[in-house]
Formats: sequence, C-alpha cells, structure tokens
Amino acid sequence: MLKRLASAPALSALLLGGPALAFAQGGSMTGMSGMSGMNMPGHIVIPKGAIYTVADVQFMQGMIAHHAQAIYMSRMAEAHGANPRVLKLANKIDQSQVPEIRIMQGWLRRYGQYAPDTSSWRTMQMPGMLTAAQLKELGAATGVAFDRAFLNLMIQHHNGALKMVDDLLAAPLAAQETDVNVFANDVVAAQTAEIGIMQQLLSQLPAN
Amino acid sequence: MRTPRALILLVATMLVPALISAQTYPSTTDPRSKLKSGRLDAGTASSNMRLVSFSPKPAQFDTARGLTFINSDMAFATHYVYQANFAGFQIWDVTDPAKPVIASVVECITSQGDPSIVGNLLFISAEGAGNRNDCAKGGVKDPKDHMAGVRIFDVTNPRAPKLIKNVQTCKGSHTHTVIPSPTDKNVVYIYVSGQQAARPATELAGCKNGTDPADPTNSLYRLDVIKVPLDHPERSEVVTGARIFTGLDPAPVTPNRPVGGAGRGRGGAPGDTSAAPLALPVHTGPRNCHDVTAYPAMHLLAAACTSYGLLVDITNPEKPVRLAAQSDTNFQGWHTAVFSNDGKKVVFTDEWGGGTGPMCQANSMMEMGGNTILTVGADKKYTQHAYFKLPAAQSAQENCVSHNGGIIPVPGRDLMVQGWYQGGVDVMDFTDADHPKEIAYFDRGSIDPLPGADIPIQPPTNGPGAGRTQGTIGGSWGAYYWNGMIYSSELDRGFDVLELQPSDQLSANAIAAAKLVTMTEYNPQSQPKFVWPAAFPVVRSYLDQLVRGKGLSAERTTAIAAALDAAEQKSGAARAVVLNVLAKQVDGDVSGAKDADRVRMMSAAIKALAAASK
Repeated sequence: MLKRLASAPALSALLLGGPALAFAQGGSMTGMSGMSGMNMPGHIVIPKGAIYTVADVQFMQGMIAHHAQAIYMSRMAEAHGANPRVLKLANKIDQSQVPEIRIMQGWLRRYGQYAPDTSSWRTMQMPGMLTAAQLKELGAATGVAFDRAFLNLMIQHHNGALKMVDDLLAAPLAAQETDVNVFANDVVAAQTAEIGIMQQLLSQLPAN
Repeated sequence: MRTPRALILLVATMLVPALISAQTYPSTTDPRSKLKSGRLDAGTASSNMRLVSFSPKPAQFDTARGLTFINSDMAFATHYVYQANFAGFQIWDVTDPAKPVIASVVECITSQGDPSIVGNLLFISAEGAGNRNDCAKGGVKDPKDHMAGVRIFDVTNPRAPKLIKNVQTCKGSHTHTVIPSPTDKNVVYIYVSGQQAARPATELAGCKNGTDPADPTNSLYRLDVIKVPLDHPERSEVVTGARIFTGLDPAPVTPNRPVGGAGRGRGGAPGDTSAAPLALPVHTGPRNCHDVTAYPAMHLLAAACTSYGLLVDITNPEKPVRLAAQSDTNFQGWHTAVFSNDGKKVVFTDEWGGGTGPMCQANSMMEMGGNTILTVGADKKYTQHAYFKLPAAQSAQENCVSHNGGIIPVPGRDLMVQGWYQGGVDVMDFTDADHPKEIAYFDRGSIDPLPGADIPIQPPTNGPGAGRTQGTIGGSWGAYYWNGMIYSSELDRGFDVLELQPSDQLSANAIAAAKLVTMTEYNPQSQPKFVWPAAFPVVRSYLDQLVRGKGLSAERTTAIAAALDAAEQKSGAARAVVLNVLAKQVDGDVSGAKDADRVRMMSAAIKALAAASK
C-alpha cells in the first residue's frame, strides 16, 4: 500500500492535485488561473484612505499558498505511516490552518483583492516552502524516515512563515489593519509553539 | 540554561505526559448544534440559565469590518460594567440588569482593549500597530505616534471619561493584570503581557529586541511592570520587568538540518527558482504570556505563557519568583488562568486557532482548544488532571475555543463560567479535577448563514464589491459572574446579561448563597477571594451537595433539613441554641459520612450562623 503510494504514477498524482488534496478547487490547477481585471498578484491596487498596504495584501496572498502546502504535507502523514505523535501534530496543523486560509481569503475578498485558492502552493513560492526535490523526498519516505523528513521540512516551513511575518512587520505602514495585525501575531504564536513541539518530536525519533 | 538539571527534568516531563482522560467527541445532537443562524435573530438554546437582557452594540461600534470594531473584555465596579472594544470602550449602567443603559461610548482605536478598573482609573491595553497616542483612526504614519502599552482613563464621571496618560511599553499590551501593592494602598502594579516583539530603541528608548533570554537588558523575555501611584496616575511608569521565563528555554537555536543529505536547497517547485534553505534562530521557550491571573490574597500568579503554564510567587510584585512550570504540547497556546477560590486548583485554557477559528466542530481535536485542570500541591508544584471541552459540536461558521471566564461563588464547589466565542457561555464544574463537567450553558446559532459543507473553502470571487458573506467573528469574549448575574461580552452583537436558574445540577440555595457575595470592584484577572457571610443558603448549599452526591445518608440529610427549617423559625439567642445543637450532631456525622470534608464545611457554616444569631 505504502509502496504503491510512493510509486511514480501515484506520487505524481499527489503532487499534481489528485484526490489526496480533497479540498483543492476542482477545475483550476493553479492559483493564478481564472484571474482577470486589476486584482491579481503583482498588480495590487490599494484604495485611497485604506489602512492596509501592498505588503499586507501580499502577505495574506502568500500565506494562503504557504498554508496550503503545509496542509498538503500534513495530509500525507497517515498514508506514510507517521508515528502517532507525528500524526497528531500533522492533524493539528491541518485543522489549524484550514480555517486560517478561510480567514485570509475572507479578508482579501472583503477588500476586493485577489484571493488565491488552495492550489496556489503549486505555483507560488514563499519562504520555507518545500522545493520539488524536497517534496519528492517526503513523498518517497515512510515510517521513521517520513517522520524525520516531515518534522525537518515542517520546521523549515514554519520558519519560513515566521520570516514572512518578520518581513511584513518590517514593511513601512504594514500590519496596522486590525485583522492582519491579529492574524500575523497568531501565526507567530502558533507556529513558534509548533516548532518547539517538532523539535521535541525529532529528538525522540530512533537514531538513523 | 543556567539550571541544566532542572531543565532536563522539565524536558522529561514534557516528553512523557501523564495519561489524561479526555472527553469523547462533542455531541452533534445537542440542542446547541442545530440552532438557526442570524446576527440578531439567531436561535438560542440554554440550560440552567436564562437570558435576562441583550443590548446591541452602540452605533459607534456597530459596523462589521472584520475585527476592527469587535467587543473584547470587561471590568466591573459598583453599578457599571466597562466593556472594551477594539475601537474604544463603552460603559454600561447596570443598575437594572434587565435594562442596561449606556453611560458613555469612548471612541479610541485600541486593540485589544483589555480593561481593568481601580477606583476612578480605567486601564486599557493597547497592542495593535495602528493604535495612536491620540486615539484617532487612520493608522500610525510616524512611529512616534504609536501607542503600545497601557492607556489610563479617568472615569470619575462615567459619562465623560478622560484619557490622562499613555504608558508605553516595549512589547505593547495584549492584556494586563492589576496587582495591588501589599504594602502601599496608594500603589497598584500592572503586569503587562505583550504578545509582540520588542520595539526598536529608535521607537521607544530602552527597548531591545534581543535573542539572548539571559540578557538582562533584553526587553523580549520579560513582562513589563508598571507602577501606578493612584493619587498621581499621570506619573505611572514602567519600573521593572518580571523575568519569569529565565531557564525555560530548552531549545535556543533551531538550525535547519539537512534531510537525507540530498535534494535540498536548490531545485525548486514548479515555477520556483529561489528556494534557499532558511536558518532562522527560533527560541521556542516562552518569551511572553498571553494573560496572567493574580490571586493577591494568596500572593500567587498563574501565568499562561504560550507553551507553559507558570505559577509565580508575587509576595513582592517587583520581584516575582517562579515556583512551577507545566508544559503540555497538546495545547496550542496557554492562554488564560483561573484559580479555584481555595487556590488549590488552576484552570488553564488553550486558545487554539487564536479565537478566530472554528475549533469546536464535531471532528475538532479534543485535547486542544479547551481547558485543563491543574492542582497546586503543598510544595507549590502543578499536577495536571483532566481536559474539558465544550460538549456540543459547533458549526464551521462558528469561531469557537475556550476563552475568558471567572469563578461563580458557590460554597463547596468550584464553578467557572466562561465564554467560548460562538460556542456560547458555559458553566464548568471542576470540583473534581479529574472529572470536570458542564452544568449550564447559553448559546446562539452562528452569525453567518450555514453552508452545507463542514470545511468550506469557496472559489475565489474577485474584484471590488465581492463583499464577504462568511467569516464574521463573534460570540462571547468573556463571561463573568458579578453580583448575582453573569455578564457576557459579545464580540459582534453586543452585551448579554444572564442569570443562573435552579436545577438538579445547581440548587436554588447554591444560587442564593452565591448572590450573598457582593463585590464593589472586580477585575477578573486580579482574582478576589470570596468569603460567604453566615446565612442559611450557605448551610443549605452544602446540604444540597451532600444530598446530590450522596455524601451523607438520606436519613441524616432529611433530619438536618428539618432542623434548619426549625432554626430559621426562631431568632436571636434561641436560634443560636438550636443551631449549636445541630452543629454538634453534624460533627458526629463526620466519621460515618462518605463526604466527610463537606460535612465538616457544613458544620462550620452552621456554627458561623449560630455565632451570628446572638
């Protein structure tokens, strides 16, 4: 079962948006398709008098892709034989980040900005996100090897989220809109704590 | 880092968590799970409490724009309730709890607005990056205008509050906690919990956002402590930092480890050309608390600090000493603490999802986003007991997680009322730390209409004018018992007053006994010690508990009930004589009782009543 999942056709199905990513939007295979008009990445218009900035919009758009990849990674855990504690953490990340994507999409739509969907991680590259090679490696791993790869890569991924918040906060006039401010703080609180948990879990894995 | 042995022990306790009973998944057939949605016309369900009044938000705050105008926490004094909002605060006159009247609405952009009242001074937490010294809208254009810290208002005239001071702090103030000086009645300390990184010294002199937790000049790993001279509040200032985290950082730096040695670094996902590895130092030990709850009568502080729940001695508020640290990696973030009245238990909450996520769904993880009960040993160390989570499944449209609350003063029982955002208001009995249970609730349906799916992610509908139809954040920020009523701050809708109703879970005597406890001032994060007067409802509360729990034989509880009725018919010295005779009999019941402790408490209450009857 696991071997078959890791075989080439199955793996490519996973990578390209097969049924494993159950909540991806049907039809559109990329986060950028179907766009028209002004509100698309790279062409952000901020209305006069708005309290949010281009950096806020880019942060929310980018974090959707970032979260979507974390969810994708987390949903691999069960089929790849993750140990129960790693699986629990993966479920937690999944359950935490799905509603956060909704929050980000809701925020972008409220301000008339382009809201990427959950397939956007395949085309948008944000700090800490896995490379194709890393994804391949994770997809090929099972059992303890998966646990180790998952934890290392998710720590990298979470560090990237923290960097995204740092970059946001360093941008002039950014993160003053209340929802962005609250959300960015929540990302730091949640993901810093999870990095701590993942470090502990890593230290408990059997040696190579 | 200075105490490696303690650290190893601490890590060991984190790695081998005790087996803790968790509830089963929440019911989807509970009346709360099927309520009609609507902002002001939602269906309601309640058990053992009733809605006394609902007051909508005043017009100044009645505008749905994400979190900008949501209500937040509350403080209480005389007949006023101070209800904060991310855009200011409102003062309710609750002389008649059935008809709260607005005394004033103060517009002042101040997220998240956590309030405390001390005499005529109202303290308000300011954290958001858009908060200005002058309270105005429009955001901070010049860092010098940024207000992050604690605002002080003079509310001598509740119809015209005046801003008298902005006390700036390095990390801002997400919440704060008032601690009266044990030696100077003219001084209160304010422990400031700031969630954000420390500001640069260029914005606020003396601040340093360092990476070394042991660096005494680092502003990051401390709670700023403000000293307030009550007769000259304009002289309030940060006097020290509570460094209660020192030694709690088991993982100072996170280097990225290569995965399997190959395929790392370059290469890239589709469309990617720049996936360089990141090597950010990440300190995963706590550097801030979300909320700390003081129990000044016990000189204790229970601090909810991201990955830990701490117990701190605050005998000298300028020099707090950490006594215990409990970690539980099931918790997303240790959020708030509430002591039992005897100080022997602490309820900690976990704000999984930050309060904006729907974490009480039928499939939501049960150990997360709820409460856990810790006991405090004679050695002032924590022991973790059960989890408690809202037992009724909420929809994906309802942001829901355990949130703020306080004790209901029922003698002999540990009851906590708390807000669960759109999960409603809930009363938890944690008398038995291993078996906490719900005994009352009030809930509304979701604010937004329900879609059919459990976890909807909708297709993008782009372009200006694509207004939001989903994602409204609301529900009870906090619910507190105060002078006979339960007050709940509804983020989106307004202000609720609720009242407990007698049931098989809580007797009329217990409710009457709680109402005998009156307060003139109440800041839930600075917990008062409740003391009950000598009164029949207090004695009968214990008696009712003995009947319910079969802690004493039915024959004896029936006889004691009759004796109490007879004593109540008498007055003065004659009543005292009868009660003293009864107390003696009850003392004799102790040895044969299943719940001897409660029989003893009842005896003491009878004796107190006798002493008061002379």
